Amino acid sequence: MIISVASGKGGTGKTTVSVNLAASLETPLKLLDCDVEEPNVHLFIQPDEMVSRTESTFVPVIDEQRCNGCRKCADLCEFNALAVIGEKVLVFPELCHSCEGCREICPEQAVQAGSRELGTIETGSWQHVIMSYGRLRVGEAMSPPLIARVQSIIDPDDLVIIDAPPGTSCPAINAMKVSDFVLLVTEPTPFGLHDLVLTVEAVRQLEIPCGLVINRADIGNEEVYRYARRESLPILMEIPFERSIAEIYSRGGLLVEHSEEWRIRFSGLFDTINDRAALQEVGR
Amino acid sequence: MKVAITARGADLSSEVDPRFGRAANILIIDLETMEVETIDNSVTANSFKGAGIQAATMVHDRGAEVLMTGYCGPKAFQTLQAAGIRVVSEVSGTVGEALERFRTGEVQYLDSANAESHW
Repeated sequence: MIISVASGKGGTGKTTVSVNLAASLETPLKLLDCDVEEPNVHLFIQPDEMVSRTESTFVPVIDEQRCNGCRKCADLCEFNALAVIGEKVLVFPELCHSCEGCREICPEQAVQAGSRELGTIETGSWQHVIMSYGRLRVGEAMSPPLIARVQSIIDPDDLVIIDAPPGTSCPAINAMKVSDFVLLVTEPTPFGLHDLVLTVEAVRQLEIPCGLVINRADIGNEEVYRYARRESLPILMEIPFERSIAEIYSRGGLLVEHSEEWRIRFSGLFDTINDRAALQEVGR
Repeated sequence: MKVAITARGADLSSEVDPRFGRAANILIIDLETMEVETIDNSVTANSFKGAGIQAATMVHDRGAEVLMTGYCGPKAFQTLQAAGIRVVSEVSGTVGEALERFRTGEVQYLDSANAESHW
């Protein structure tokens, strides 16, 4: 089972929920930080040893001896990563989405495989958790390829918790789309609600069951609650706006290690998600 | 000699479009015959990425040696340079006025891109 922890708005508490949910359980699981532009799970779950691996992706390199400037590659490329001026092919590797279509279509076998570094993946073990996160190379514009690499360690039957990037664009969608359940973390503010609505629409298009965690539940207004009722979205947990919680977080601590009550609440949250995802499975 | 000028409309009286890759139209003007060819740039303008690269390729294919526009980003500029096309930037007013400035030699060529890359 794969659970994604997502939100529209940033800073709602995705990481707090991800790490505490992972730490509250005892069964082996994988915790994947797919917010590769700003990974932070490793600040809370700290394995003794981390293994680092550099990831790269295909970009075309043109063999000028073989190329006859026929333009088939440039005409095919949806992202204009290739341009032909006269008989010379210009390559813009930063625009390439690595489909390798240029390589397939070239009648002269003039397109060779080059590579563009995507970033690194760091992996380590902590108690029952295998934790892994991606770190996007500074200057790399596309995060989905690296997100896919972080997710490549998922085996069938694994229990996986994904800390997704905020927003509703490609990075967030790519992080969530593999999951069986999406846990949406929000806050009861106009901004929180605005971005929650967008994310719920996205998750519904992906046809993945979801539920809400309302963080800083005692601030703001009632609108998020009204929206949840209207849309029949289950509220699975509420986290109060409390100084002690903020203090634990700011020191890189885990709520579930400081409080048995929170451990029970988070492991209970997991049980609820498990039941709901199973129900959905039966429904299919 | 042919000059390419980005335009909001389809003739010499239309305003210069400050955008290059996502300009509405690109006019190719033959200075000898004053013949105007209007290229509808809407397909390129709607491309997901690399509009400047595609527009630059098109300008080269139509045989223009000079491009007059508002702003030109780094990838478009690199493509234009490879094609040997010189760029006059920050052009405003009508296409006709721009052409007149070019004829009287009141233009300076760009030696690097004058706009940031778009993502």
